[in-house]
Amino acid sequence: MPAYHPGPELLMDYASGALPEPVSLLVATHVSLCRGCQAEVARLEALGGVLFDELDGEPLGAGALDRALARLELPESLEAAPAAKPKGDRSLPRPLGDYLEGDLESLPWKNRGSVAEVELLSGHSGIRTRLLRIKAGTALPQHTHEGTEYTLLLAGGFSDAEAHYQRRGDVAVADTSVDHRPVADAGEDCLCLAVTDAPLRLTGPVARYFNFLARL
Amino acid sequence: MSFDQTAGPDMAPAVPSVAFAPFEVDGGEDGGSAGGKGDDPCGAAADELFPEDLIEAIAVRQDREAFKLLFAYFAPRVKAFVRRKGAAEQVAEDLAQEVMLTVWRRAGQFDRRKAAASTWIFTIARNRRIDMIRREVRPEFDPEDPGLRAEEEPPADDLLADRRQQEEVHRAVARLPQEQSQLMRLAYFEDKSHGVIAEELDLPLGTVKSRIRLAMRKLRQILKEED
Repeated sequence: MPAYHPGPELLMDYASGALPEPVSLLVATHVSLCRGCQAEVARLEALGGVLFDELDGEPLGAGALDRALARLELPESLEAAPAAKPKGDRSLPRPLGDYLEGDLESLPWKNRGSVAEVELLSGHSGIRTRLLRIKAGTALPQHTHEGTEYTLLLAGGFSDAEAHYQRRGDVAVADTSVDHRPVADAGEDCLCLAVTDAPLRLTGPVARYFNFLARL
Repeated sequence: MSFDQTAGPDMAPAVPSVAFAPFEVDGGEDGGSAGGKGDDPCGAAADELFPEDLIEAIAVRQDREAFKLLFAYFAPRVKAFVRRKGAAEQVAEDLAQEVMLTVWRRAGQFDRRKAAASTWIFTIARNRRIDMIRREVRPEFDPEDPGLRAEEEPPADDLLADRRQQEEVHRAVARLPQEQSQLMRLAYFEDKSHGVIAEELDLPLGTVKSRIRLAMRKLRQILKEED
């Protein structure tokens, strides 16, 4: 089981449907690996059900029920079978694996020194979603955040000033106040899903170089 | 909530008259009356139909009368839910149709041990809204993830999410301080993440977080007491 969880407010945003897709993906991946958070999401959905039930309904237009009844007979062609999904990667938790075009190894990794990365959900404006692979024992460049960065551990481990993340599914959340320098554990490359809702601002000595790379 | 049997399967009224007394089991507050906290609401009151029964009637025998009752109760709520999240009248109307159609088609997947009817329909409305209006997907977690198989099964209590839990949550929400329940309504109905809510209420993000945490702790506590 993971030891570091998304906070209750993040789980609530997930249950209520308020999260943008990339953050939702990260939370769903964690929850797939965590019984405790599954139970919490079930509670939060039950809460949603109660609040939903308490709403004053808005009457529907004339004939709404008849229209619905008429459609019950129609074949389900409307819900066209979703296009055959890409194979994805079965070694990852399903929500995440389903987003990949194929095996982890077959993805278009870009090498940046001790870090390799693949961009996911690239159509999503304002939010970067990446798989990061950090060489064992090396550090990410020091950086601060203009927004929030969510990091979910998939393999290996890493530490920052806050904690040591070493269980699959551990989630680290860093906001603007954190100037951190995650370091991958020695012994095994660290694989993470990183979701950043504003561009990173690099503060270390090699910052300009990495900022340049980040724009490539 | 229960549905009056007189409007039940054989009557086929044009406009179903839905008698609902959401969660106020007859006998109400003094709590002494028999069956008030029964484990099996269906067995406890034979003349009442719960929405869970109606969904199962659709699953088992494509019961159109059951669908009419569910539609009368839930479609206006779906519409209200989507409207509060900012959708235009017509869009909300279409979405209510889609959601109720999904209820009809997926009735076979409904499992009353896992969720109350209103929770199940809420999650359908939430997801349909995300794909129709935001044109996004909502990634669902996988409770059968192979990574979990080796782990212990959760205690049964922990996954209790059925009608009984629903009624407990309902009572728990009623007991929350107003500032906390207001926050929850904002979170669920305004399509705002807690960060946006903080901005709009002009509260520090930390305050919003701690109110949500307090509210959830209180809910859990109340649920434990009720068990």
